[in-house]
Amino acid sequence: MKYMLLMNTTDIGHPPITEWDPVDVKAHIEFMREFTEGLVTSGEFVSGAGLAMPDEARIVTARDGAAPAVTDGPFPESKEFLAGYWIVDCDGLDRALEIAAEASASPGPGGITLNHPIEVREVMSAPPVGDM
Amino acid sequence: MTPAATRTEDLLRELAPQVLGALMRRYDDFTAAEDAVQEALIAAAEQWPDRGLPDYPRGWLIQVASRRMTDQLRNERARRRREDLVASQPESDGAVPDTDDTLVVLFMCCHPALKPAAAIALTLRAVGGLSTAEIASAFLIPEATMAQRISRAKQKIKSSGLPFRLPTDVERPERLRLVLHVLYLIFNEGYTATAGPALQRVELSSEAIRLARAAHRLLPHESEVAGLLALMLLIDARRPARTREDGTLVPLAEQDRSRWDAEMITEGVELISQALPKGPTGPYQVQAAINAVHDEATDAADTDWPQILALYGVLERLTDNPMVHLNHAIAAAMVHGPARGLALLEPLADKLSGHHRLHAVRAHLLEMAGDEDAAFEEYRVAANKTTSVPERLYLMQRAAALRQ
Repeated sequence: MKYMLLMNTTDIGHPPITEWDPVDVKAHIEFMREFTEGLVTSGEFVSGAGLAMPDEARIVTARDGAAPAVTDGPFPESKEFLAGYWIVDCDGLDRALEIAAEASASPGPGGITLNHPIEVREVMSAPPVGDM
Repeated sequence: MTPAATRTEDLLRELAPQVLGALMRRYDDFTAAEDAVQEALIAAAEQWPDRGLPDYPRGWLIQVASRRMTDQLRNERARRRREDLVASQPESDGAVPDTDDTLVVLFMCCHPALKPAAAIALTLRAVGGLSTAEIASAFLIPEATMAQRISRAKQKIKSSGLPFRLPTDVERPERLRLVLHVLYLIFNEGYTATAGPALQRVELSSEAIRLARAAHRLLPHESEVAGLLALMLLIDARRPARTREDGTLVPLAEQDRSRWDAEMITEGVELISQALPKGPTGPYQVQAAINAVHDEATDAADTDWPQILALYGVLERLTDNPMVHLNHAIAAAMVHGPARGLALLEPLADKLSGHHRLHAVRAHLLEMAGDEDAAFEEYRVAANKTTSVPERLYLMQRAAALRQ
């Protein structure tokens, strides 16, 4: 079964990564690389990506009969943005939660684990064979 | 693909597990043997369509794969500076063994130490003769991930130390149950995999039927193998009528039965009619029989529901699957009215709490009973809980229809 693991930027008491010590940033990136590699090795990795900082985000809203509205950042800090995601193909929800827990414990400033929340969502599929 | 290439591919896929079996008997190293067989298959796929088939295709493949295997072992020996590795292997004398080891390979791939996802991948490659890239694309995952999944599965089998032979009489029922379960999961995956670039995708349901055919050919007296093959044929026969062009689902009662595959139905009915009297009766045979009753009705209204209800009674005694109880409730509603069906759902509420199928079935039965408000609510809950896109669309449409 496939699950998407979403890592949101939330205010959990850490400064943004751009303000971390370079050594900590390096450790964080290394952790993420190893974590993703581990998913390939375990035969569970489907896809994943980190996203550019929310400051660079644009929000597009279609408007009836007019050009779509495009809003630039910076956005209020209280707003949650997706920082990155993984899609994994694993045995079931329990395993997906285990993977998410591992991702949550990435190292932050000073090497202290961030323990940031990871949202786990099942990816939808077509129905199984039993007819209704 | 040219006809010559297609013929070559069909032949290669049939021979793949036999060649693997022959190498296993000679070298007893699953990981290396499987890699060597894949290399031999690639060489054959490149050479045969142009140069023509060799006189003994199976012998050719075994020779080429054995050579790769010996090379591999030599390299390993050189690398590790370890002696006697090759010396301990019986030298290939060029003789081609006469046995078809497909069945031993199938049992090995559906190994009790493997999780279903690993067993499925390995079975498709080692028995089905598919490439890692084809399997990866069928499951919509990257090739590197699938390669790792297969390689880990092979390592696990190797380290389990299970000998390369058929299971003993004592082990056999449980091992056969695993094999059938893996084949059924492959079949099911063909229905649940989200739509990908369809042209490049191996059709997993057809692969499962192909593997079940091979298993039936090798185990003609196992009635559950015949039952599983019949079940697949009888379900897959309805595939052309199961979805509309926009991908939405058509429920069984509304399907255009002229679009069902009559040949598959005939074959499935014949298989199950021969298997059932042989016994022992197992859940795949009973499910095949239920689907045969559906497939033989020329019109939904002609469905022999009392017969289906009786068969669900048999199935409930064979398995404790809550989904079977759900379907039993539907059959009871069709024979005795919705009130009976709804009453049968009540004891399932705890076991299936939160499962969308319980709510979907309850919605249908409430609609049958004329309780539109309650049915609407149940359709809505079911639509929120399902993890299938077409099913969610279908349930939302049923709910919307009640509000018109």
